[in-house]
Amino acid sequence: MLSSVQNPRFLLIQCRRSKPFHHHQYPKSIHAISQVQSVSTSLPTSEIQKIQKSILSREKTARQFAEQFLNRLRLTEPYVKSFLHVSKTVLNEADEIDRKIDRNEDVGPLAGVLVAVKDNICTADMPSTAGSKILENYRPPFDATAVRKLKEGGAIIVGKTNLDEFGMGSTTEGSAYQVTANPWNLECVPGGSSGGSAAAVSARQCVVSLGSDTGGSVRQPASFCGVVGLKPTYGRVSRYGLVAYASSLDVIGCFGSSVADAGILLQSICGHDKLDATSSKREVNDFTSQFVAKDYFESQPLKGLRVGVISETLGDGVDQEVVSSIRGAISHLEELGCTVTEVSLPSFSLGLPAYYVLASSESSSNLSRYDGIRYGNQIVSDELSSLYGGSRANGFGPEVKRRILMGTYALSAGYYDAYYKRAQQVRTVVQKSFKAALDEHDILISPAAPSAAYKIGEKKNDPLAMYAGDIMTVNVNLAGLPALVLPCGFVKNGTASLPVGFQMIGAAFDEEKLLRVGHIFEQTLEGCSFIPPLIADELFKC
Amino acid sequence: MKTKQQPHSNFTETARAKAVEKALKDFEAIIGIETHVQLATMTKAFCSCAYSYGDQPNSCVCPVCMGLPGALPVLNSKVIEYAVMLGLALNCKLSMNSKFDRKQYFYPDLPKGYQISQFDIPIATNGFIDLDLPLEFGGGHRRFGITRVHMEEDAGKLLHTGTGNYSQVDLNRAGVPLLEIVSEPDMRTGVEAAEYAAELQRVVRYLGVSNGNMQEGSLRCDVNVSIRPIGQLEFGTKVEIKNLNAFSAMSRAIDFEIARQAALYNEGKADEIVQETRLWEEGSQKTVTMRKKEGLADYRYFPEPDLPEVILTEEYVNGIRDSLPELPDMKRRRYEDMGLSMQDVLFLANDVNIADYFEATIATVPDIKLATNWIMGDIAAYMKNEKLSINEIKLSPQELGELIASIKSGTISGKIGKEILFELMEKGGTVKGLIKEKDLVQIVDPVEIEKIVDKVITNNPKQLEQYRGGKTKLQGFFAGQVMKESKGKANPGILNKILLEKLNAKS
Ligand SMILES: [Zn+2]
Repeated sequence: MLSSVQNPRFLLIQCRRSKPFHHHQYPKSIHAISQVQSVSTSLPTSEIQKIQKSILSREKTARQFAEQFLNRLRLTEPYVKSFLHVSKTVLNEADEIDRKIDRNEDVGPLAGVLVAVKDNICTADMPSTAGSKILENYRPPFDATAVRKLKEGGAIIVGKTNLDEFGMGSTTEGSAYQVTANPWNLECVPGGSSGGSAAAVSARQCVVSLGSDTGGSVRQPASFCGVVGLKPTYGRVSRYGLVAYASSLDVIGCFGSSVADAGILLQSICGHDKLDATSSKREVNDFTSQFVAKDYFESQPLKGLRVGVISETLGDGVDQEVVSSIRGAISHLEELGCTVTEVSLPSFSLGLPAYYVLASSESSSNLSRYDGIRYGNQIVSDELSSLYGGSRANGFGPEVKRRILMGTYALSAGYYDAYYKRAQQVRTVVQKSFKAALDEHDILISPAAPSAAYKIGEKKNDPLAMYAGDIMTVNVNLAGLPALVLPCGFVKNGTASLPVGFQMIGAAFDEEKLLRVGHIFEQTLEGCSFIPPLIADELFKC
Repeated sequence: MKTKQQPHSNFTETARAKAVEKALKDFEAIIGIETHVQLATMTKAFCSCAYSYGDQPNSCVCPVCMGLPGALPVLNSKVIEYAVMLGLALNCKLSMNSKFDRKQYFYPDLPKGYQISQFDIPIATNGFIDLDLPLEFGGGHRRFGITRVHMEEDAGKLLHTGTGNYSQVDLNRAGVPLLEIVSEPDMRTGVEAAEYAAELQRVVRYLGVSNGNMQEGSLRCDVNVSIRPIGQLEFGTKVEIKNLNAFSAMSRAIDFEIARQAALYNEGKADEIVQETRLWEEGSQKTVTMRKKEGLADYRYFPEPDLPEVILTEEYVNGIRDSLPELPDMKRRRYEDMGLSMQDVLFLANDVNIADYFEATIATVPDIKLATNWIMGDIAAYMKNEKLSINEIKLSPQELGELIASIKSGTISGKIGKEILFELMEKGGTVKGLIKEKDLVQIVDPVEIEKIVDKVITNNPKQLEQYRGGKTKLQGFFAGQVMKESKGKANPGILNKILLEKLNAKS
């Protein structure tokens, strides 16, 4: 259990200089990671690889792993409340995997891995409410492509996680069903909108989880909950089956307790999908080849990597402790051989209003289908307009209504040019400035959020304050770029501490580089444990 | 086939004609048409559902066309192909870079709450259509402007119960691809408007992009009509007419509307002509107010983020241009050049299947006149009586050619040709086979004919006497008897020549 605030700057790293690092020689497979386990148990390791290795070697059964996670889920869920629905078939599915292993059948790279899925991602065998009353008890007739791929990889879907209604929010308090707590401090929010998925991984209720990220909904909760959050390039993962919030910004993202897990999860769900016209046909590389064991690192494994720190993100309005955590991460990257310089993105502050105009506009349209006619809650009425009005007034929460109103206004005749069109122009400017910065730098760095997690209720009635918290992340969605958030330090929170993550932004479709840098960063950040105290003791018993 | 206007009631018909004639002395009518054409693609515009008219409600649906949460549209590339085909056929300028937009409104037959359509950049603009007015309307060539052609999806249908207590939604039609064709306000009469629509129907059928069936709603026309005093430059108030299920209804509805508006003008009630949508009522032969337009509807169009831009390449467009079939107007000009009368031209080119049939026939026997006569005569009559299309009759154009050739060569008589035509249309088979089977070859051997003539004369001594006594009309009787005896096979020319010789011979 962590007893005090630990500044990561003092936690650095004895880089192993004994083994030379040659780019073409390191092992392609992530089996090498397992060697790290024996070296240091405090470093994040790939749980997915651990499970795969154990069940294939028959050291442990899939059922044993499943029971272990389900037990922890049962113990922690009354406090954390990450899940809106927990599958009843987890153990049966685990048994099925064990039987397959007994018969020497192929079980897939995610065999026995318990994956939690944000409840705005469609699952045919579980409800999919998107956190909204209007979809209460709604059960889709199909699996989202990402879910289908997970199942094909052998994963067990453990349940559906809580979120801000339709993904609109940054605290998960906007759920129509329940408030999820931050496992690090149950009085704090887990962030949002994928707060349930982040909290579930943080509390080790599942191995990895899927979230969605429209303006930071994977990255900010990853930072708040001390887990790794990966927002892929727009188009990298099929959106088919993701309940649309803002179609041009939405992406399905990954949570894990290590960079390797987030990467393996992405690997299994990404690629072109003929059911999503915006999914990219670009070839997908083997991300796992990036996860070299620490033993094989050179003294400066990131030598020559050009890192740009976005200067606008460390100024006013950003918590000083967050800034010093990021500075710590920067020093760490320098230790690893990176050349770090500051880079200015003058358009950065324009991103937030542009984002809210575009996301609201698209959402006002995307949510038109919830009219009570074909599915979802209906308020019966003799008159069509009151059937619509009643069903929507009753079914949507206040934040959703606010965004529908804003978006409808922004798209209205006479306002379109001043709002929607202008915001699109800003979006182009943002894209260009990121492009220019990424021509000069391999990756860009910023905090994932201006602060660590805050108290439940603190910003609930102050939407503008909540929106302002998205400043670090929305630009990345406007530009469609990939970004990885990983824990890098802590801030004081009373007598305890809360984790803080930093964001690495890469060029479009270059998740590979982010994963490589993130993995090396994480594997060399010794002395930092991002396991919440709530479960740390319990976890070591396993 | 062109159907003549069926008068529903002679009184209203003449009354309306008179009223329109009177109105058009003082006023000019300005008519523009919006046409929706359902495309005959195998699957819907944005999902893989097949659609066919009249299927069990909600049996051709999937998550995408039902607008379920999480479902996404993926464009059927045939829709673009058909749009480009029609754009080229209508002499339009193509947008090499267009996009889809969302048109937003709430209605129960619109599952997503928006229609995927094209707003500010339609795939084709600025074209025209050439047509020939039917002779019964005075004939003449017309060119009408096409403002734009854009791609969009159809909505579902509301099924109203008999009691009117509730309605049900059928989403079979939701997501079926449409092309909307907007004309310039170039038409001046109901007939011109109806002929514009008929020509558009021919074009889509020639291209094979739609069945163009108005009754099933595969081709739907909304008409905008306004009038202005002749000489006035500014347009009058535009009234939209819907529910036009046939070209004749279009023509009648527009004429009614012109007369209605003119009457209001003349009574000093021009301000009662308001911007509204009126429905054509077939029963009363009237247009009635459906809804008044309260300001302009705000559809909050914005670019559809679920679909990439539609980018055409020169190569793609050229490929389509090169494979376009001959279009109705080109065909009519070619038929005219072949020497066919305008009436024949309009008949043959009206239906691409008939035109194909005609051309396949003359490829077998190069006699344009005879082929035309047979097709427009007995074959057309048979099709009309039996309610069959040209593709449904069992006589192939090759066999029609064979039939014509057999008559021309004298193998069979024209009379026998006519007789076996019906058998061929009904049962099929070959001309040669039928001639052989029924022993129908014409008798042209004078010796054989003479034998029959002799036999008939011998068998009818009384009539012979009367003939020779001056009752020469009886020649017809003898000819008939000889024909009967030969089972219709005797060559009439030779028969008559021999018969006359024999009758007039002094014995
Ligand atoms: Zn469908």
